[in-house]
Amino acid sequence: MQLSRDQLLSAYRSMRTIREFEERLHVEFLSGTVPGFLHLYSGQEAIAVGICEQLDDHRDYIGSTHRGHGHCIAKGVDVKAMMKEIYCKKNGVCGGKGGSMHIADLDKGMLGANAIVGGAPPLALGAALSAKLLKTGGVAVPFIGDGAANQGTVAESLNMAAVLKLPMVFMFENNGYAEFTAASYATAGSIEARAKAYNIPAVTVDGADFFAVYEAAREAIERARDGGGPSAIEAKAYRFWGHFAGDPQRYRAAGETKELRENHDCLKIFADKVTQAALLDQAEMNAIDVEVMQLIEDAVAEAKADPQPDPESLYKDVYVSYN
Amino acid sequence: MPIKTYREAINEALRQEMEANDRVIIIGEDVAGGAGGSAGGGEAAGGVMGITAGLATRFGRDRVIDTPITESAIIGMAAGAALTGMRPVAELMFADFIGVCLDQIYNQAAKFRYMFGGKARTPLVVRTMIGAGMGAGPQHSQAIYPMLTMIPGLKVIVPSNAYDAKGLLIQAIRDDDPVIFCEHKSLLGDSCEVPDEPYTIPFGKAAITRTGSDLTLVGISRMVKFCNEVADRLQKDGISIEVIDIRTTSPLDAATILESVKKTGRLVVVDEANPMCSVASEIASIAASDAFDYLDAPVKKVTAPHTPVPASPTLEALYLPTPDKIEVVVRDLLEY
Ligand SMILES: Cc1ncc(C[n+]2csc(CCOP(=O)(O)OP(=O)(O)O)c2C)c(N)n1
Ligand SMILES: [Mg+2]
Repeated sequence: MQLSRDQLLSAYRSMRTIREFEERLHVEFLSGTVPGFLHLYSGQEAIAVGICEQLDDHRDYIGSTHRGHGHCIAKGVDVKAMMKEIYCKKNGVCGGKGGSMHIADLDKGMLGANAIVGGAPPLALGAALSAKLLKTGGVAVPFIGDGAANQGTVAESLNMAAVLKLPMVFMFENNGYAEFTAASYATAGSIEARAKAYNIPAVTVDGADFFAVYEAAREAIERARDGGGPSAIEAKAYRFWGHFAGDPQRYRAAGETKELRENHDCLKIFADKVTQAALLDQAEMNAIDVEVMQLIEDAVAEAKADPQPDPESLYKDVYVSYN
Repeated sequence: MPIKTYREAINEALRQEMEANDRVIIIGEDVAGGAGGSAGGGEAAGGVMGITAGLATRFGRDRVIDTPITESAIIGMAAGAALTGMRPVAELMFADFIGVCLDQIYNQAAKFRYMFGGKARTPLVVRTMIGAGMGAGPQHSQAIYPMLTMIPGLKVIVPSNAYDAKGLLIQAIRDDDPVIFCEHKSLLGDSCEVPDEPYTIPFGKAAITRTGSDLTLVGISRMVKFCNEVADRLQKDGISIEVIDIRTTSPLDAATILESVKKTGRLVVVDEANPMCSVASEIASIAASDAFDYLDAPVKKVTAPHTPVPASPTLEALYLPTPDKIEVVVRDLLEY
């Protein structure tokens, strides 16, 4: 596999954008300006970007989770409209009615973040079924946490996808925790083995290594597009923050997140690899960093300045039509 | 008498019943927290809202059981354990998640006794968190008790204050039928006088929280607080409002409501749930049917609209019934 310079730069920009977006939101949340709950994706960027860089805007769909900002950005949802949605403002992607846990943009193949753990995989089956019947060549990718992996909907979706040979990639993100409980306690056996039990080809990769995710995703997407049915990837992931912004993380050893940031930072690992292989130089990435910082700065300022939703919008869009 | 929060009152009820009966167990996600964690595995949460804090440390993880994220299995396991000798208190973290496990409640636990010809006892309690007010969005804010109230075989509890929360929860744990205990997330920090010793409050017995003669306000859960506020405001204008806290939607204390309506001749029902097929509708229909001759004005409902709960705090505030909205309806009805 050889990525072009443009592809590498695009992947880096996407990962950096997610990181800045989340780190800034953490600061904003603690200062009390963000409503609702926030689950940050920092540390897991290479997973969303490693697969979404290979998905098309229109024919390919992703189904996301409560920790969805990174999936949205990687799939090309407008960063400013996302920020406005998180602030629940009028010009947010969902008009302020969804908030952080419900960012959705069907035009970008983004079926929605989801506040119901295990809510998305069955919906992704549906997107894959549409793609198959409409012969779009599209693929559907549900993102599934180690905690979500234990929901019945996930087992049901794996089986259904295998039975119907649906064009899907089940992207499991095993960050070791579901809320305040470790996967080592709550998730029996191995996720990869669970997929294999349905005869679904499955691999485990280091989710901090963009290239490992990219390669596994490339094979899986190719298989899906060629009519080979579903695949699964278990990406070992690193959650840099707590379950939600503000989580005191009493269940984690002191220094654990510091260690993760030092040794499992997908951005650092990416930068080291591409500079060592002389594919990109640091200056190019630094230039992207500056642009991304500005983008996030503007996104926050615009989100704060955006008006509240119109009161009438409360009653709108419950139905397409109600008669 | 000591002052305790709604959260503390629930915790105390659980603790006292677990002390009194070792068949009482707690099952849920992160009801202890910390299992398998790198900090050593000790209790690290006590529920996402801290309601079960300290119970795992006090009673051990065999009785305060952290589960995977798997609501169907949580509720089904609790129902099956209830059927076979335990007294489980299952926690469904947010009531909205009922969508994931409704079968175990609706087709299973609720029907055992009837369809097994009266042979089963299912002393199951499902504690769950309802309500808007935290900007938690469409899948974490709903008041879902109407759809449970319509299910024969379930008892549905909607405490509006800390005192009731403790007494009703102890009653629920001692009750031999499946009980859904709806805790309102916006009430967790509210406090009032709560006795230290265990006590029970019977189901199907409403509380009259304000006595009055001009109009009856019936409230459910958090809405009782708003009704009391309106009654206190209007009292300054010489208007006398009676407020009824139904405490339990099933069984429903129709007698207390009818008695009050017969006295005041006017009824406004305040309900945070959506308006169609609701508990408010049920109460309105009881009044229309059984107190018709006593009514001096139409029965009115103040409810959420027929929409999901929006994430935006601005829209959420519009969504919810408020004391101001209630006051407008009450004043209008008094003019009728
Ligand atoms: C049906 C349902 N059950 C429980 C929750 C509460 N909850 C939200 S996120 C979460 C943990 C999810 O863990 P995991 O799938 O590993 O994702 P991560 O948070 O690690 O990204 C839980 C229990 C929920 N939102 N929906
Ligand atoms: Mg996880």
